[in-house]
Amino acid sequence: MSDTIERTDVLVIGSGFGGAIAAYHLAAGGAKVTVLERGPWLKNDEFEHDYQLGSSYTRIFDFVVGDGMSVLGGNCVGGGSVVYFAAMPRAPKFVFDRHGSIGRRMWPKSVSRETLDPWYDRIEESLSVSKQEWNDASYAGGLWGAACDHAGRTANPLAAAIDNSKCVNCNFMMAGCRFEAKQSLTVNYLPGALAHGAEIRPLHEVQYLERTPEGDYRVHYNIVDDEDYRLQSGSGVIEAKIVVMAAGAAATPVILQRSEAHLGTMPHAVGRYFSGNGERLNTAILNEDKVAEILGLSRGDGQLPYGANAIGKGPTVASWDKLDGSLPEYSRYSLEQLYFPPGLGTILAQAPDASGPTWFGKEKKEILKNWKSWLTIFCMTEDDNEGVFGPPPATGNAHRISQQLLGRGNLSYKPTDNTWHGWNQADADVKEILEKDGLAKVMPWTNDLVGAYTVHPLASCRMGDDPNTSALDDTNELRGHSGIFVTDGSAVPGALTVNPAMTIAALAERAVPHIVAAAQAKGIAVTYGAPAPTGYKSGRNAVLPLLRKKQLADA
Amino acid sequence: MRRIPIRKVDIAADATFTLEAYADTIVPGEKRWPGDRAIAGVSTGGGAVSCGALDLLRWDATGIHDGLEDLASQVNEHARAFAEKAGLTLDETVPPFVSLDYDDRVRLIEELTTPGHPEKDFWVLLSLFCNMAYDSAAHLHTDEALEEGHAGLTAMGITAPDADGLWRFQDFGYGRQLADLHPDTTPSGSPA
Repeated sequence: MSDTIERTDVLVIGSGFGGAIAAYHLAAGGAKVTVLERGPWLKNDEFEHDYQLGSSYTRIFDFVVGDGMSVLGGNCVGGGSVVYFAAMPRAPKFVFDRHGSIGRRMWPKSVSRETLDPWYDRIEESLSVSKQEWNDASYAGGLWGAACDHAGRTANPLAAAIDNSKCVNCNFMMAGCRFEAKQSLTVNYLPGALAHGAEIRPLHEVQYLERTPEGDYRVHYNIVDDEDYRLQSGSGVIEAKIVVMAAGAAATPVILQRSEAHLGTMPHAVGRYFSGNGERLNTAILNEDKVAEILGLSRGDGQLPYGANAIGKGPTVASWDKLDGSLPEYSRYSLEQLYFPPGLGTILAQAPDASGPTWFGKEKKEILKNWKSWLTIFCMTEDDNEGVFGPPPATGNAHRISQQLLGRGNLSYKPTDNTWHGWNQADADVKEILEKDGLAKVMPWTNDLVGAYTVHPLASCRMGDDPNTSALDDTNELRGHSGIFVTDGSAVPGALTVNPAMTIAALAERAVPHIVAAAQAKGIAVTYGAPAPTGYKSGRNAVLPLLRKKQLADA
Repeated sequence: MRRIPIRKVDIAADATFTLEAYADTIVPGEKRWPGDRAIAGVSTGGGAVSCGALDLLRWDATGIHDGLEDLASQVNEHARAFAEKAGLTLDETVPPFVSLDYDDRVRLIEELTTPGHPEKDFWVLLSLFCNMAYDSAAHLHTDEALEEGHAGLTAMGITAPDADGLWRFQDFGYGRQLADLHPDTTPSGSPA
């Protein structure tokens, strides 16, 4: 082994929204950027339509079972953006005024919908986020819209980062989109970062950080086998002046916890205040005759009027009637039509009116025969940030069980009465809408097997103004550890009541000029001001005056 | 292209028999032959077992492959205790769990998977993979499983892919407005 220690200016841990956005801007600004990603790097033609273990469906995401909460997240170059469903709504205004479990505003006072809007604009430009029309809605989305209308509600096609001209509505987007219809980071920020000289290393799983005598950071990683993630083949270190942590809300706090022995005391909020974005799923089993008769829907050609669970592109239509800032906290939520593929979620669906067990057995098997007539409704409520990470596992962020996909983590989540209040209201609302006039039978997923279930982990290392309840200041820098920034979902202070990718990405964009300023202060020759990775400049032109006003160079 | 060869562990006949009975309780099927004891026969059509549950469980990719014989002997121990408590007489010619009828197998699995049960994680994991054999054929390529008439995927109505093994749906939606938009919607389609 060589005695020469590898060095980079900026080390980015994770290549999802938080990591890719920072990597792009810093590389474009002239810094030497290295990205360590623990998952594999798949090319387009490796995104398969296949549920077999070992296909892209299991290689590129991770399911970590905790105590009372399971987290499904991305695990590949591009992170969550490769496995997500590309729904990109901005968070409603009231979210930024939430108090949550601390009894006072949990967001930094400098962040509001108004101040975040210019950063949201940048993401819309970079990822070609567009307002979807009803023509773009899948059968499932259309049906959800029609049911909402029948119940006297409104419904909206979702803003999405999808190029509809390329989409084939295969509904396999969770296994990666091989048609480049989904605007994952692998088609914008990451190629942009590479073009500016950034280096991306897949299968590098960061274990811990320590300080060098010069005050920089030495980052220790293990190399993971590209097929069987239980196997590791070696380890290494790399030194950097600035570290951007973006390993995801279920891994960033674990790495920091493991680093505490080397870096010194972590802020109290590291590994605490985890939020599952208040997520909950309900399965409706539709009565196709009623769908035709009451909603007047038809697919023609002797097809069932709905019968289309596998056709589409994830969520396309949501109900925002309860995103009403005048309602009390924990009673505001969105209800979104979602497709959830077989394999991991089907077991959690419960048979309505069962006389025996609801999640397994003969009655469960009967509802599986109606699988095409299932409609999944995704509730995103306001939870209470009650998740806490226990002591970190030996490596990674979980004890791996399966070759890919499945692990046991140390996250503990005991939902409070506040969280249950939101969940119960959302469940009741879904029931009221979909059981009206016998349209469907609805049951929520059971929490008894793997706990609550989130695909949008947040807030495990959150930003805020109060050092006692936030790990990061309002520039995303880790309190007490200058030069470490956290830009992934763990920085988001709490549940958003909508899909969070847009907000995670906007906060990452907002953090970049602060990271650049910190890098400059450490002598790195880097500037801020790159256009969108697509080359568009209007988003940049809108934010540059804000930065001048705030005199970021002195930050 | 897979680099690591698929490895399936071999397990003893009694363990196989027991785990078949467990898988059949999770997703029941019809008996494979008259007198089939593992399959309770409470449902028509193929269940988890005929869908290949044992093939999936024995595959080392699952991570539970090496523990299967232990799981089988543990569930048999639980079955013996269950029978004793309920005053049931077990048929000694088959493993205890196989000797239980469907309703008792259900009751026992409900007990083992109740939140707070010290072994809950193991039984949930076993149940999860039994279910996956039926609902996603996780041990097979999906297109090949469909071609071979996999009972679970077929019952669920999963359609065949195009000739290149990919799914595409030309008709995907109703193509018309079906509800009024929320009044507080921004021009780019977000909540205000």
